[in-house]
Amino acid sequence: MTALTGGFADPAIQSAQGFRVLMQAMARPGTIHDLALAVPPAPLGRAAGTVALLLADPTTPLHLAQGHDAIRDWLAFHAGCPLVGPDRAALALGRWDDLLPLDRFAIGLPDYPDRSATLIVALDRLEAQGARLTGPGIRDQVSLSLPDIAPFRANRALFPMGLDFILTCGDRIACLPRSTVVEDA
Amino acid sequence: MDPRRKMPAKAPPPNERRDWLSLMARSAPDRLARVLPDLPDHDLLRAPETGNVMVQGRVSATGAPFNIAEMTVTRCSVVLSCGTVGHGHVQGRSRSHARRAAVIDALMQTGAAATLTPQLRAMEAEAQAATTERAAKAAATRVEFFTLQRGEDT
Repeated sequence: MTALTGGFADPAIQSAQGFRVLMQAMARPGTIHDLALAVPPAPLGRAAGTVALLLADPTTPLHLAQGHDAIRDWLAFHAGCPLVGPDRAALALGRWDDLLPLDRFAIGLPDYPDRSATLIVALDRLEAQGARLTGPGIRDQVSLSLPDIAPFRANRALFPMGLDFILTCGDRIACLPRSTVVEDA
Repeated sequence: MDPRRKMPAKAPPPNERRDWLSLMARSAPDRLARVLPDLPDHDLLRAPETGNVMVQGRVSATGAPFNIAEMTVTRCSVVLSCGTVGHGHVQGRSRSHARRAAVIDALMQTGAAATLTPQLRAMEAEAQAATTERAAKAAATRVEFFTLQRGEDT
Protein backbone atom coordinates (compact mmCIF):
# COMPACT_ATOMS: atom_id res chain seq x y z
CA MET A 1 0.00 0.00 0.00
CA THR A 2 1.04 3.61 -0.34
CA ALA A 3 2.50 5.71 2.42
CA LEU A 4 -0.72 7.73 2.64
CA THR A 5 -2.89 5.15 4.41
CA GLY A 6 -3.54 5.16 8.12
CA GLY A 7 -5.13 8.54 8.78
CA PHE A 8 -8.24 8.97 10.90
CA ALA A 9 -11.11 6.91 9.49
CA ASP A 10 -13.67 9.20 11.13
CA PRO A 11 -11.84 12.52 11.64
CA ALA A 12 -14.48 14.38 13.65
CA ILE A 13 -15.12 11.65 16.22
CA GLN A 14 -11.55 10.37 16.47
CA SER A 15 -10.09 13.86 16.78
CA ALA A 16 -12.42 14.60 19.69
CA GLN A 17 -11.62 11.28 21.38
CA GLY A 18 -7.89 11.69 20.88
CA PHE A 19 -7.85 15.30 22.01
CA ARG A 20 -9.64 14.32 25.18
CA VAL A 21 -6.92 11.76 25.97
CA LEU A 22 -4.20 14.27 25.14
CA MET A 23 -5.73 16.94 27.38
CA GLN A 24 -6.07 14.48 30.23
CA ALA A 25 -2.44 13.42 29.81
CA MET A 26 -1.26 17.04 29.81
CA ALA A 27 -3.40 17.85 32.87
CA ARG A 28 -1.91 14.89 34.77
CA PRO A 29 1.80 15.08 33.90
CA GLY A 30 3.69 11.81 33.95
CA THR A 31 0.66 9.53 33.72
CA ILE A 32 0.71 7.05 30.85
CA HIS A 33 -2.28 6.88 28.50
CA ASP A 34 -3.14 4.74 25.50
CA LEU A 35 -3.55 6.74 22.29
CA ALA A 36 -3.43 4.88 18.98
CA LEU A 37 -6.09 6.12 16.58
CA ALA A 38 -3.92 6.58 13.49
CA VAL A 39 -1.60 4.10 11.80
CA PRO A 40 1.28 6.15 10.38
CA PRO A 41 4.00 4.65 8.19
CA ALA A 42 7.26 3.49 9.79
CA PRO A 43 9.29 4.72 11.61
CA LEU A 44 6.62 6.79 13.33
CA GLY A 45 4.83 5.10 16.23
CA ARG A 46 1.04 5.03 16.37
CA ALA A 47 0.83 7.34 19.37
CA ALA A 48 3.26 9.87 17.86
CA GLY A 49 1.37 9.81 14.57
CA THR A 50 -1.97 10.29 16.31
CA VAL A 51 -0.66 13.26 18.31
CA ALA A 52 0.74 14.79 15.12
CA LEU A 53 -2.65 14.53 13.41
CA LEU A 54 -4.41 15.94 16.47
CA LEU A 55 -2.20 19.01 16.80
CA ALA A 56 -0.82 19.77 13.34
CA ASP A 57 -2.72 21.76 10.72
CA PRO A 58 -1.79 24.38 8.09
CA THR A 59 -1.25 27.01 10.81
CA THR A 60 1.27 25.02 12.89
CA PRO A 61 4.78 24.86 11.41
CA LEU A 62 6.27 21.48 12.23
CA HIS A 63 9.93 20.51 12.48
CA LEU A 64 10.54 16.94 11.40
CA ALA A 65 13.74 15.55 12.90
CA GLN A 66 16.08 13.60 10.64
CA GLY A 67 15.24 9.95 10.10
CA HIS A 68 11.56 10.72 9.56
CA ASP A 69 11.65 11.74 5.91
CA ALA A 70 9.43 8.78 5.06
CA ILE A 71 6.42 10.45 6.66
CA ARG A 72 6.68 13.82 4.90
CA ASP A 73 4.02 12.92 2.34
CA TRP A 74 1.81 11.36 5.00
CA LEU A 75 1.91 14.53 7.12
CA ALA A 76 1.38 16.76 4.11
CA PHE A 77 -1.70 14.79 3.06
CA HIS A 78 -3.36 14.26 6.43
CA ALA A 79 -2.25 17.33 8.42
CA GLY A 80 -1.19 19.83 5.76
CA CYS A 81 1.33 21.41 8.13
CA PRO A 82 4.30 23.36 6.74
CA LEU A 83 7.67 21.73 7.49
CA VAL A 84 10.19 24.23 8.84
CA GLY A 85 13.49 24.48 10.71
CA PRO A 86 13.57 24.12 14.51
CA ASP A 87 13.72 27.88 15.19
CA ARG A 88 10.32 28.57 13.59
CA ALA A 89 8.55 25.37 14.62
CA ALA A 90 5.44 25.29 16.80
CA LEU A 91 5.64 21.50 16.85
CA ALA A 92 8.59 19.16 16.58
CA LEU A 93 8.48 15.45 15.88
CA GLY A 94 11.27 12.95 16.16
CA ARG A 95 13.38 10.67 18.32
CA TRP A 96 14.86 12.18 21.48
CA ASP A 97 18.46 12.07 20.24
CA ASP A 98 17.50 13.68 16.93
CA LEU A 99 15.68 16.56 18.64
CA LEU A 100 18.69 17.57 20.75
CA PRO A 101 19.95 20.20 21.44
CA LEU A 102 16.72 21.68 22.76
CA ASP A 103 17.90 25.29 22.69
CA ARG A 104 17.16 25.38 18.96
CA PHE A 105 13.43 25.55 19.67
CA ALA A 106 11.33 28.59 20.54
CA ILE A 107 10.65 28.92 24.27
CA GLY A 108 8.28 31.88 23.99
CA LEU A 109 8.64 35.44 25.25
CA PRO A 110 8.15 36.71 28.81
CA ASP A 111 4.92 38.45 27.76
CA TYR A 112 3.92 35.73 25.25
CA PRO A 113 5.06 32.43 26.82
CA ASP A 114 2.60 30.59 24.55
CA ARG A 115 4.81 31.27 21.51
CA SER A 116 6.85 28.20 22.31
CA ALA A 117 7.33 24.80 20.73
CA THR A 118 5.70 21.53 21.72
CA LEU A 119 7.95 18.50 21.20
CA ILE A 120 6.46 15.14 20.23
CA VAL A 121 9.21 12.74 21.28
CA ALA A 122 9.49 9.10 20.19
CA LEU A 123 11.11 6.96 22.89
CA ASP A 124 12.12 3.31 23.04
CA ARG A 125 10.62 2.80 26.46
CA LEU A 126 8.03 4.62 28.54
CA GLU A 127 7.30 3.21 31.97
CA ALA A 128 6.13 4.47 35.33
CA GLN A 129 9.54 4.24 36.96
CA GLY A 130 12.63 6.39 37.03
CA ALA A 131 12.71 10.16 37.46
CA ARG A 132 10.51 11.69 40.17
CA LEU A 133 7.98 14.27 38.95
CA THR A 134 6.20 16.81 41.13
CA GLY A 135 4.25 19.98 40.44
CA PRO A 136 0.84 21.16 39.23
CA GLY A 137 -1.50 18.31 38.31
CA ILE A 138 0.46 15.74 40.33
CA ARG A 139 -0.73 14.55 43.72
CA ASP A 140 2.40 13.80 45.82
CA GLN A 141 4.65 12.51 43.04
CA VAL A 142 4.81 10.20 40.01
CA SER A 143 7.68 8.33 38.40
CA LEU A 144 8.39 8.27 34.69
CA SER A 145 11.22 6.78 32.67
CA LEU A 146 12.79 9.87 31.06
CA PRO A 147 15.64 9.69 28.54
CA ASP A 148 17.55 12.32 30.52
CA ILE A 149 17.10 14.57 33.57
CA ALA A 150 19.21 17.68 33.03
CA PRO A 151 17.41 19.08 29.92
CA PHE A 152 14.04 18.87 31.68
CA ARG A 153 15.41 20.59 34.78
CA ALA A 154 16.88 23.35 32.62
CA ASN A 155 13.52 23.68 30.86
CA ARG A 156 11.70 24.01 34.21
CA ALA A 157 14.09 26.81 35.19
CA LEU A 158 12.85 28.87 32.23
CA PHE A 159 9.28 28.98 33.58
CA PRO A 160 6.92 30.60 32.55
CA MET A 161 8.74 30.22 29.26
CA GLY A 162 9.94 26.84 28.07
CA LEU A 163 9.04 23.78 26.03
CA ASP A 164 6.25 21.26 26.54
CA PHE A 165 6.89 17.59 25.86
CA ILE A 166 4.62 14.82 24.66
CA LEU A 167 6.53 11.58 25.18
CA THR A 168 5.42 8.65 23.06
CA CYS A 169 6.39 5.01 22.83
CA GLY A 170 4.44 2.74 20.51
CA ASP A 171 0.77 3.15 21.47
CA ARG A 172 1.33 5.09 24.71
CA ILE A 173 1.85 8.73 25.61
CA ALA A 174 2.79 10.72 28.69
CA CYS A 175 3.05 14.48 28.87
CA LEU A 176 5.61 16.67 30.57
CA PRO A 177 4.57 20.34 30.58
CA ARG A 178 7.06 23.05 31.48
CA SER A 179 5.52 23.41 34.95
CA THR A 180 6.61 19.96 36.11
CA VAL A 181 9.62 19.65 38.44
CA VAL A 182 11.92 16.77 37.48
CA GLU A 183 14.30 15.21 40.00
CA ASP A 184 16.44 12.10 40.23
CA ALA A 185 14.66 9.13 41.74
CA MET B 1 -5.72 24.29 0.60
CA ASP B 2 -3.82 27.20 2.03
CA PRO B 3 -5.95 30.29 1.35
CA ARG B 4 -2.86 32.50 1.46
CA ARG B 5 -1.37 30.75 -1.54
CA LYS B 6 -1.39 33.20 -4.41
CA MET B 7 -2.42 32.32 -7.90
CA PRO B 8 0.56 32.13 -10.26
CA ALA B 9 1.19 35.35 -12.13
CA LYS B 10 1.70 33.60 -15.46
CA ALA B 11 -0.45 30.88 -16.96
CA PRO B 12 0.96 27.50 -15.89
CA PRO B 13 2.13 25.06 -18.58
CA PRO B 14 -0.39 22.62 -20.09
CA ASN B 15 -1.27 19.97 -17.53
CA GLU B 16 -3.60 17.17 -18.52
CA ARG B 17 -4.29 16.07 -14.98
CA ARG B 18 -5.24 19.60 -13.97
CA ASP B 19 -7.59 19.76 -16.94
CA TRP B 20 -9.47 16.54 -16.16
CA LEU B 21 -9.67 17.40 -12.45
CA SER B 22 -11.06 20.81 -13.37
CA LEU B 23 -13.59 19.23 -15.74
CA MET B 24 -14.78 16.75 -13.10
CA ALA B 25 -14.93 19.45 -10.42
CA ARG B 26 -17.48 21.36 -12.47
CA SER B 27 -19.40 18.32 -13.75
CA ALA B 28 -22.90 17.27 -12.76
CA PRO B 29 -23.10 14.08 -10.65
CA ASP B 30 -25.38 12.17 -13.04
CA ARG B 31 -23.27 13.14 -16.07
CA LEU B 32 -20.06 11.86 -14.44
CA ALA B 33 -21.88 8.70 -13.36
CA ARG B 34 -22.48 7.92 -17.04
CA VAL B 35 -18.71 8.03 -17.65
CA LEU B 36 -18.00 5.40 -14.99
CA PRO B 37 -21.19 3.76 -13.66
CA ASP B 38 -19.46 1.02 -11.65
CA LEU B 39 -16.45 1.85 -9.51
CA PRO B 40 -13.55 -0.64 -9.42
CA ASP B 41 -12.09 -1.88 -6.14
CA HIS B 42 -10.53 0.90 -4.12
CA ASP B 43 -9.81 2.00 -0.56
CA LEU B 44 -10.55 5.37 0.96
CA LEU B 45 -7.55 7.46 2.01
CA ARG B 46 -9.76 10.35 2.97
CA ALA B 47 -13.47 9.67 3.27
CA PRO B 48 -15.72 12.10 1.35
CA GLU B 49 -16.11 15.31 3.34
CA THR B 50 -17.84 18.59 2.61
CA GLY B 51 -16.41 22.02 3.28
CA ASN B 52 -16.18 25.60 2.05
CA VAL B 53 -13.58 26.97 -0.32
CA MET B 54 -13.00 30.69 -0.84
CA VAL B 55 -13.15 31.39 -4.55
CA GLN B 56 -10.85 34.10 -5.81
CA GLY B 57 -11.22 36.16 -8.93
CA ARG B 58 -9.35 38.92 -10.71
CA VAL B 59 -10.79 42.13 -12.15
CA SER B 60 -10.78 41.63 -15.94
CA ALA B 61 -8.93 38.35 -15.26
CA THR B 62 -5.62 40.20 -14.84
CA GLY B 63 -6.05 42.56 -11.89
CA ALA B 64 -5.35 41.97 -8.21
CA PRO B 65 -7.04 38.86 -6.81
CA PHE B 66 -10.09 39.39 -4.62
CA ASN B 67 -12.43 37.03 -2.82
CA ILE B 68 -15.70 36.48 -4.68
CA ALA B 69 -17.51 34.14 -2.31
CA GLU B 70 -17.28 30.81 -0.59
CA MET B 71 -18.56 27.74 -2.38
CA THR B 72 -19.46 24.32 -1.10
CA VAL B 73 -16.97 21.66 -2.12
CA THR B 74 -16.76 17.94 -1.38
CA ARG B 75 -13.43 16.19 -1.53
CA CYS B 76 -12.30 12.58 -1.39
CA SER B 77 -9.05 10.66 -1.86
CA VAL B 78 -8.81 7.00 -2.82
CA VAL B 79 -6.15 4.44 -3.60
CA LEU B 80 -6.74 1.72 -6.19
CA SER B 81 -5.72 -1.88 -5.58
CA CYS B 82 -2.67 -1.22 -7.81
CA GLY B 83 -1.55 1.55 -5.45
CA THR B 84 -2.44 4.55 -7.62
CA VAL B 85 -3.73 7.50 -5.60
CA GLY B 86 -6.55 9.69 -6.89
CA HIS B 87 -8.01 12.91 -5.53
CA GLY B 88 -11.44 14.30 -6.25
CA HIS B 89 -12.74 17.79 -5.47
CA VAL B 90 -16.24 18.54 -6.76
CA GLN B 91 -18.72 21.36 -6.30
CA GLY B 92 -21.74 20.57 -4.19
CA ARG B 93 -22.38 18.09 -1.42
CA SER B 94 -22.59 14.77 -3.28
CA ARG B 95 -20.25 12.32 -1.58
CA SER B 96 -20.62 9.66 -4.24
CA HIS B 97 -19.78 12.26 -6.87
CA ALA B 98 -16.52 13.18 -5.09
CA ARG B 99 -15.67 9.53 -4.70
CA ARG B 100 -16.28 8.82 -8.36
CA ALA B 101 -14.15 11.82 -9.36
CA ALA B 102 -11.30 10.53 -7.18
CA VAL B 103 -11.52 7.04 -8.69
CA ILE B 104 -11.54 8.47 -12.22
CA ASP B 105 -8.52 10.63 -11.37
CA ALA B 106 -6.68 7.50 -10.23
CA LEU B 107 -7.79 5.47 -13.27
CA MET B 108 -6.66 8.25 -15.61
CA GLN B 109 -3.12 7.70 -14.31
CA THR B 110 -3.28 4.02 -15.25
CA GLY B 111 -3.90 2.06 -18.44
CA ALA B 112 -7.63 2.71 -18.13
CA ALA B 113 -7.02 6.26 -19.35
CA ALA B 114 -7.30 5.06 -22.96
CA THR B 115 -10.98 4.18 -22.55
CA LEU B 116 -11.84 7.05 -20.19
CA THR B 117 -10.23 9.88 -22.15
CA PRO B 118 -12.76 9.88 -25.08
CA GLN B 119 -15.65 9.92 -22.61
CA LEU B 120 -14.17 12.83 -20.68
CA ARG B 121 -13.52 14.62 -23.98
CA ALA B 122 -17.19 14.16 -24.88
CA MET B 123 -18.22 15.48 -21.48
CA GLU B 124 -15.95 18.48 -21.97
CA ALA B 125 -17.46 19.17 -25.38
CA GLU B 126 -20.98 19.05 -23.91
CA ALA B 127 -19.99 21.42 -21.13
CA GLN B 128 -18.39 23.77 -23.65
CA ALA B 129 -21.51 23.68 -25.84
CA ALA B 130 -23.74 24.45 -22.86
CA THR B 131 -21.54 27.39 -21.91
CA THR B 132 -21.57 28.73 -25.45
CA GLU B 133 -25.34 28.37 -25.73
CA ARG B 134 -25.89 30.18 -22.47
CA ALA B 135 -23.50 32.93 -23.51
CA ALA B 136 -25.30 33.28 -26.83
CA LYS B 137 -28.69 33.62 -25.11
CA ALA B 138 -27.25 36.25 -22.81
CA ALA B 139 -25.59 38.08 -25.68
CA ALA B 140 -28.92 38.36 -27.50
CA THR B 141 -30.33 40.45 -24.66
CA ARG B 142 -27.25 42.57 -24.25
CA VAL B 143 -27.75 46.32 -24.16
CA GLU B 144 -24.96 48.63 -25.21
CA PHE B 145 -24.84 52.01 -23.47
CA PHE B 146 -22.96 54.82 -25.13
CA THR B 147 -22.97 58.58 -24.78
CA LEU B 148 -24.42 60.65 -27.56
CA GLN B 149 -23.13 64.09 -28.22
CA ARG B 150 -24.06 66.31 -25.31
CA GLY B 151 -25.48 69.79 -25.52
CA GLU B 152 -22.65 71.82 -23.95
CA ASP B 153 -20.05 70.71 -26.55
CA THR B 154 -21.88 72.29 -29.46
